[in-house]
Amino acid sequence: MSESNVIDEHINSGYDAGFITDIEMQTFDPGLDENVIRKISAKKNEPEFMLQWRLDAYQQWLKMERPDWAHVKYPEIDFNSIAYYSSPKSQEDAPKSLDEVDPELLRTYEKLGIPLHEQATLAGVAVDMVFDSVSIITTFKEKLAESGVIFCSLSEAVIEHPELIKKYLGSVVPINDNFYSALNCAVFSDGSFVYIPKGVKCPMELSTYFRINEMNTGQFERTLIIADEGSYVSYLEGCTAPSRDENQLHGAVVELVALKGAQIKYSTVQNWYPGDVNGKGGIYNFVTKRGVCHTDAKISWTQVETGSAITWKYPSVILLGDNSVGEFYSVALARNAQQADTGTKMIHLGRNTRSTIISKGISAGKGSNTYRGLVNMSPKAEGARNFTQCDSLLIGDQCAAHTFPYIVSKNPSAIVEHEATTSKVSEDQLFLCQQRGIDPEKAVSMIVNGFCKSVFKELPMEFAVEAGKLLEVSLEGSVG
Amino acid sequence: MLKIANLRATVDDKEILKGLNIEVKPGEVHAIMGPNGSGKSTLSNVLAGRDNYHTTDGTVLFEGKDLLTLAPEERAREGVFLAFQYPVEIPGVSNLEFLKTSLECLHTHQNKPLLSAVEFMKLAREKCKLVDLDTDFLKRGVNEGFSGGEKKRNDILQMLMLEPTLCLLDETDSGLDIDALKVVADGINALRSPDRSFVLITHYQRLLDYVQPDFVHVLVDGQIVKSGGSELALELEEKGYSWLESGTEQPANSLKA
Repeated sequence: MSESNVIDEHINSGYDAGFITDIEMQTFDPGLDENVIRKISAKKNEPEFMLQWRLDAYQQWLKMERPDWAHVKYPEIDFNSIAYYSSPKSQEDAPKSLDEVDPELLRTYEKLGIPLHEQATLAGVAVDMVFDSVSIITTFKEKLAESGVIFCSLSEAVIEHPELIKKYLGSVVPINDNFYSALNCAVFSDGSFVYIPKGVKCPMELSTYFRINEMNTGQFERTLIIADEGSYVSYLEGCTAPSRDENQLHGAVVELVALKGAQIKYSTVQNWYPGDVNGKGGIYNFVTKRGVCHTDAKISWTQVETGSAITWKYPSVILLGDNSVGEFYSVALARNAQQADTGTKMIHLGRNTRSTIISKGISAGKGSNTYRGLVNMSPKAEGARNFTQCDSLLIGDQCAAHTFPYIVSKNPSAIVEHEATTSKVSEDQLFLCQQRGIDPEKAVSMIVNGFCKSVFKELPMEFAVEAGKLLEVSLEGSVG
Repeated sequence: MLKIANLRATVDDKEILKGLNIEVKPGEVHAIMGPNGSGKSTLSNVLAGRDNYHTTDGTVLFEGKDLLTLAPEERAREGVFLAFQYPVEIPGVSNLEFLKTSLECLHTHQNKPLLSAVEFMKLAREKCKLVDLDTDFLKRGVNEGFSGGEKKRNDILQMLMLEPTLCLLDETDSGLDIDALKVVADGINALRSPDRSFVLITHYQRLLDYVQPDFVHVLVDGQIVKSGGSELALELEEKGYSWLESGTEQPANSLKA
């Protein structure tokens, strides 16, 4: 079997999370205007300030243009053909405990490998479940409250903690930041809210699991994490969607605030439906993620991106305070006809700020993988340092890898290092593995896992294994 | 053990092996020598089942099985091992992980019980010592940043771990200093047994100073042009290959080891 045959076979693999949950939904008619926004806000019993914020965002969004600088191609999106709110009927009266949650929803999460019963969950992981536009349930809430940690859906936080929402929502990603984030501000449905009080080390991993289920709906989730002075939290999000022929839009915004001396570790395992071999269907994943670091604070983004037809995402850190640290570790896989344009921005404002960027792009099939990153050393960033390493791995001969690093240094004492490599899973490597009795599929997954090792080791332990497996499943058929 | 009859093979439509015959019996060590471009590496690649090497005629029987119909990994699991002329690097995949995966694939196929983690580590440490590699090498990526000599010794380490029945060594001695050469030879000698055979492909005689072959074959232009005992290697060292390239010798087909 020739190398290209081998690889072609390996690429045509299935998508395990592609099933549809058959459940009665309440979904808005497609279309977007002020009325829809008022209806979303009313659904959530939001206070007036929130509605005004949404309407303001909508007005700004109307004046904005769709960005076209990313290295991705897709047809124009008709924003009036999307439904902006969809929730399971059974969630009408928000369930207070797991016993009240629709069993069909529980089965959905079980099928995805996320048991919700607290005794059955991964030890020490609290989970918030977001299904289409609503949060289904958040586990371990009471236990977390004992140490003062607030972990709930954003909708709940808007009502229960308006002072924190007023102060921090939109403080890192302003309303008019970009086209998709402005749209999110106007129509955001649900997401997670986390507050870690001063000096508290969050006693367990927090995680949110996002599931898109309904057809023709967009998911616009929004997450806000505030780590007060000297606190620590590790948070993980996972995402899946059914296999459908239509493209669906996912436009999320994530804001992280790390106050003085705080640390936030944010990990993502993104496995939205990627579309089929010919690029039909799949999620458009247009996401804005950004964190701000105050003095001595640290924010670390780790992402494993295997899904989505198109990924457009740059988790960034504003290093505002002196001695603050930003990290970005990324594995992005583009196979079949997937397109990924992802990377990070490290904005160094404070003195002695440090940032590390490790990006591993894997392209297979006809996939196109782009790293786009900005390292900006401001005039005040005395003694700031950055280290960037971008590695691309190509599998087969029809895929593409691109790297667009932007470096701006306005301070002569700042040090910026950039390393980049491009390599191929070579016939020699495959043959070595085969000659030692290892079948080619296993060999490719081993080689790719080895390539990603420096990123996987940044993931929380339980998820590092999951990420490795996910990559294995995604690569199934890339080599046969 | 291994019976190659009238083997013809092409690479990029060019015929490299032109009717090759060799028979290797259990316990024997055969050396195949020949000038550059005579088809030595093609032979090892054909036997191991590499892509782009196409056999056009002839048969290869390994323990009675038609080797040419098996996928490369199946050949390995049956006990065919190839030590590479240029061992490649697999960054990020630790030697330990690689050896363990490989050994498990072989043992599963051979219906042998899998080693426990403790047993495996013990074995790996033991074999490392034999090839004079520090056990730290087990944690490093496969051949990642290894020197030429370390890569070759790492290949021999794999051979010692997997305990194949047929060991093909493709110019394993090339580029080695004398110490590394001795280590490689020790590794080979440690594995010599009545039910294991070796085919040493080499350009020079020097490896044969340390590993005494039972038979030496001279490969010229895709055919075995002369076979003999270990004294033939010394003769080649002295006289070179040119006297055999003139075509005055018997054609290969009439020679059997």
